[in-house]
Amino acid sequence: MGIRLTKSDIITNTIIYSILTMLAVITLVPLLNILAISLSDSAKATAGLVTVYPLGLSWSTYTTIFKDHAILTAAGVSCERVVLALVINMVLVVLASYPLSKSNKTFRFRGVYMWIIIGTMLFGPSIVPMFFTVKDLHMLGTIWALVIPGAVGQFNIILMMNYFRNIPSELEESASIDGAGPWRRLLQIYVPLSLPIMATIALFVVVGNWNAYFDGLIYSMDPKDFPLQTYIQQLVVNYDTTIRDVEQVRSLLAVSNRSLTAAKLVITMIPILLVYPFMQKYFITGIMLGSVKE
Amino acid sequence: MKSNRVRNKEGIHYHFMLLPSIVLLAIFSIYPTLGSIMAFKYFDPVKGIWGSPWAGLDHFKMLFQIPEFKQITINTVTISLVKIVLNVSCALAFALLLHEIKLRWFKRSVQTIVYLPFFLSWVILAGIFKDFFSIDGLVNGLVHRISSSHGPTMFFNSDTWFMIIVYVTDVWKGFGFNAIVFLAALTSINPNLYEAADVDGASRWAKLVNITLPSIKGTVVLILILSLQGILSGGFDQIFNLYNPLVYQVADIYDTYIYRMGFQSNQYEFATAVGLFRSAVAFIFILVSQWLAEKYGEYKVF
Repeated sequence: MGIRLTKSDIITNTIIYSILTMLAVITLVPLLNILAISLSDSAKATAGLVTVYPLGLSWSTYTTIFKDHAILTAAGVSCERVVLALVINMVLVVLASYPLSKSNKTFRFRGVYMWIIIGTMLFGPSIVPMFFTVKDLHMLGTIWALVIPGAVGQFNIILMMNYFRNIPSELEESASIDGAGPWRRLLQIYVPLSLPIMATIALFVVVGNWNAYFDGLIYSMDPKDFPLQTYIQQLVVNYDTTIRDVEQVRSLLAVSNRSLTAAKLVITMIPILLVYPFMQKYFITGIMLGSVKE
Repeated sequence: MKSNRVRNKEGIHYHFMLLPSIVLLAIFSIYPTLGSIMAFKYFDPVKGIWGSPWAGLDHFKMLFQIPEFKQITINTVTISLVKIVLNVSCALAFALLLHEIKLRWFKRSVQTIVYLPFFLSWVILAGIFKDFFSIDGLVNGLVHRISSSHGPTMFFNSDTWFMIIVYVTDVWKGFGFNAIVFLAALTSINPNLYEAADVDGASRWAKLVNITLPSIKGTVVLILILSLQGILSGGFDQIFNLYNPLVYQVADIYDTYIYRMGFQSNQYEFATAVGLFRSAVAFIFILVSQWLAEKYGEYKVF
């Protein structure tokens, strides 16, 4: 099959390969453009001549960033947040998924708990009462306001629960006969057998927490406490766009260092670019497990 | 008898395992959801949500009177619908094209590249696109090179251009990742069907129309139905990070409006009323889409 290609087959193939190559290029252009700007000489970048390769290569923006306390503090907050969230989320997801993976007969209250998990997943609170809850608990301005409210990932629990259910129950029964209690069975049988799904969920948690900016915006009282994405958000989003005059915008842009902003964006992307290759292996199966089942 | 007692004993451990999650959900999900009662009160910061005096339906009456609210409802639904249609069709087209590729390395490379933007936050992407479409950005630079008489376009200040950018960048971010489900459906098609068609001398187009499309029709319908759940979202992160007061008229959706009313104008009760209305309608959409998905998509959620 496919050895004798007709003329029309060759034409179709060429078209398909070209379209797909073009899509890949379109995906990359904005990313390469920002990278090129970050590496370009500031004057050339401001003139709008940079496409996908740097003009007048200069690393000065990156050396400037390492002297900028604000961005380093923000990166520190983000790292702290990711580590705390990872530990807390993973512990909670493992603990909650195990009892929920039992049948209704073995665990009588499963239905009630499931109802709470799904109910809160589908019908979440509005942001204003949410803000006042966090405020009343005196969590505003602390790292806990960023980590704890989202610590229970209902979707992740459902993913993990489905994975646990596919582990043969004979394993558990024999351990039970040997006298292992539920905690021991969870930690010594289920957890070691679930490393792939745990890796998927861990990566979701890391990416989700790294990318979050909105909670930083409303729960962090002082710009010092902003995580990196909130800091970047303030930098690139909150500039005054009400000016309609082209010359005024030009003069504003000249003041703000375009290459420097670009470099900050690139730096913020780096952790995602680092975990992305590892993620790719897992997330496709992860998504399939979560979306279409049974 | 004995085994029953053993089970009950284990049940206690199960409750302990679930306890931390349930407590956190009660505090950070159920309690604030109940706190939406604020929409029916005159909020007094000293007395808190529960102690404040009742306002009845005052905030809702105001809500339905202001023309802004109508505009925002139209915006939210329009933006979501256009996004759903564009995203599903682009992801489907991409999956169909990729499915035709036999070269493994090419397929893998394309997939690796197009999945990437999905994992970047809208904050970063807003930064990139604001530069990309700025008056000194790449797009205006290229236009200027093609015809130097053409002045720079201020894309983010024009209603039409802004919405085009919203749709285009949304598809750009998601088409690869959204295609995963379709690709999975495509790989599960029985290869015998294609072989039989080859024997009959069917063309590629004939195979696409008669085998591939009918085989994944169910998945496409299912994805469309499930997309209805998000019809009142419209993509807060994207619009919040891209928009500015000049395009509020066309780009404002429920979520951005709630943020501005609540946190910028301090009209807490009003913002909560909008939020409650939004949640109630969204909940109906969730139920309807789940019902449709079960009926037409043979899909069971939990």
